Amino acid sequence: MSIKLENVSYQYKDSKRRPALNHVSLEIGKEEFIGIAGHTGSGKSTLIQHFNGLIKPTEGNVLFDGRDIHEPGYSLKELRGKVGLSFQYPEHQLFEVTVFDDVCFGPKNLDLPEDEIQTRAKEALELVGMDEKYHEKSPFELSGGQKRRVAIAGIIAMKPEYLILDEPTAGLDPLGRDKILNLLKKLHEEEGITIILVTHSMEEIADYVGRILVMDKGHLEFDGTPEEVFEHREELEKMGLTIPFYAAITDDLKKAGYFGENPEISAITLQEAKEAILTKWKRDHKSC
Amino acid sequence: MKMVHIKDLIYRYFTRDDDNNIVETIEAIAGVNMDVEQGQFIAILGHNGSGKSSLAKHINGLLQPAEGAVYVKGMNTADEDEIWQIRQTAGIVLQNPDNQIIGNIVEEDVAFGPENIGVPTEDIWRRVAQSLEAVGMEAFRLSSPGRLSGGQKQRVAIAGILAMEPECIILDEPTAMLDPKGREDVIRTIHQLNREKGITIILITHKMDEVVEADKLFVMDHGKVVMSGTPKEVFSDVEQIKKYRLEVPHATELAYELRKEGIPLPESIMTKEELVEALCRLN
Repeated sequence: MSIKLENVSYQYKDSKRRPALNHVSLEIGKEEFIGIAGHTGSGKSTLIQHFNGLIKPTEGNVLFDGRDIHEPGYSLKELRGKVGLSFQYPEHQLFEVTVFDDVCFGPKNLDLPEDEIQTRAKEALELVGMDEKYHEKSPFELSGGQKRRVAIAGIIAMKPEYLILDEPTAGLDPLGRDKILNLLKKLHEEEGITIILVTHSMEEIADYVGRILVMDKGHLEFDGTPEEVFEHREELEKMGLTIPFYAAITDDLKKAGYFGENPEISAITLQEAKEAILTKWKRDHKSC
Repeated sequence: MKMVHIKDLIYRYFTRDDDNNIVETIEAIAGVNMDVEQGQFIAILGHNGSGKSSLAKHINGLLQPAEGAVYVKGMNTADEDEIWQIRQTAGIVLQNPDNQIIGNIVEEDVAFGPENIGVPTEDIWRRVAQSLEAVGMEAFRLSSPGRLSGGQKQRVAIAGILAMEPECIILDEPTAMLDPKGREDVIRTIHQLNREKGITIILITHKMDEVVEADKLFVMDHGKVVMSGTPKEVFSDVEQIKKYRLEVPHATELAYELRKEGIPLPESIMTKEELVEALCRLN
């Protein structure tokens, strides 16, 4: 069970520039939580549109559960029910009169019976934390973060196996951002949905994802756990990406000789950086 | 003279039902007093819905007070005869660069403002050239704005304001929609305008790393200014900042956590470099 890209390249029509994707191969298994990082123009948005067949590669194949999604007779409509894609600022696409109707829109397109549509919409809204008092409201009465969660509920109501989100936290304040990220964590842990999120802030996703793909100029440059990827600090910085603050400061302290001759230390989160520094502090102060 | 003087400002908006009856009154600004001196770089912080954007829009008269008053260089924003002078003195840059750019080519867009206020043609070209240079976009003078990145568009929007030769620029979350490189360029640009041209900057944001170099911070919550002072003063109270659903800079937070565990670090740490230096000094 996976989405697999085999040597995929993509060249936008009428573009004399380098290909937007350049021989990318990767496989995303079920129940992963993945972050895709890259600078603007790195190819990350083009990449995710291959995952549900919105874009057809100019070279290479895209396989879903082992089948080529662009072979004749393959139902892309069915695929898009399984691989949900939320674009940047998905709330700009809300258009129904009420929140509830908007969430029903996706499942309606799957030709489901009416009661099933209603049940799914209710469940999806509950999952994103928008209880019944919001159902009959106009989407335009909601805050930015709430609107975005309604837009995501519209995709969840299609019961996708994979949920791909392009910059899901852009423009939100810290509280709105944490709500979205915790929602994705819940969907991953409790509903078993594979989450793939695109971001230009590795900082933001480091605590959540188990794997990071780094895109640069159409190439897949790094593919590994956050720890593995953040070891390439200099290369990432050259691509215009910054490693999380706590990883960077631990690295700086290490380079400044703070931890002495112990190259084994690394940290990504506040907690880990704190532990590393405290351990060293306590060790030094026991002896005096 | 003060660049901006805000006195007992109250602003309300209403939600109405289908028959246009008021069902709810929301006090977006609930009694704010604020002074900004000429040449200062100040930042207004607050989570979404704290009232910070409404406040920004009062400063150049896009919104009018329900009670109280807002003065820009002594001019009252409620005075219709002064409003154009006020907007020329204090320009505003908004969050989404796509909503602010109207020209087909960059120089046209930047020229739009001065053209509108009747600046003589040769003067317009001088202003356009200088403004684009000030934001580092002179190479894109003849480009189509549609081809620019978000950060570049935002710098063109700033150039458009600069071409009006304002004494004060208000920026309402100018980096919210930008990538890290775009953010950095925009923040560096506004610091330069402040330092080199003496333009008063009022930056509205919830990104703490953007404000550590500001002269003064105002924290807003529920329409009120709840904290104010230099960045060092404001960030020294980590608990309180968190209460207002904001974050402190990462370095401040880590230093705070370490201090709680007994490591004697100063309260004034705001950057990675300061923290590394302070820790190494204790070594």
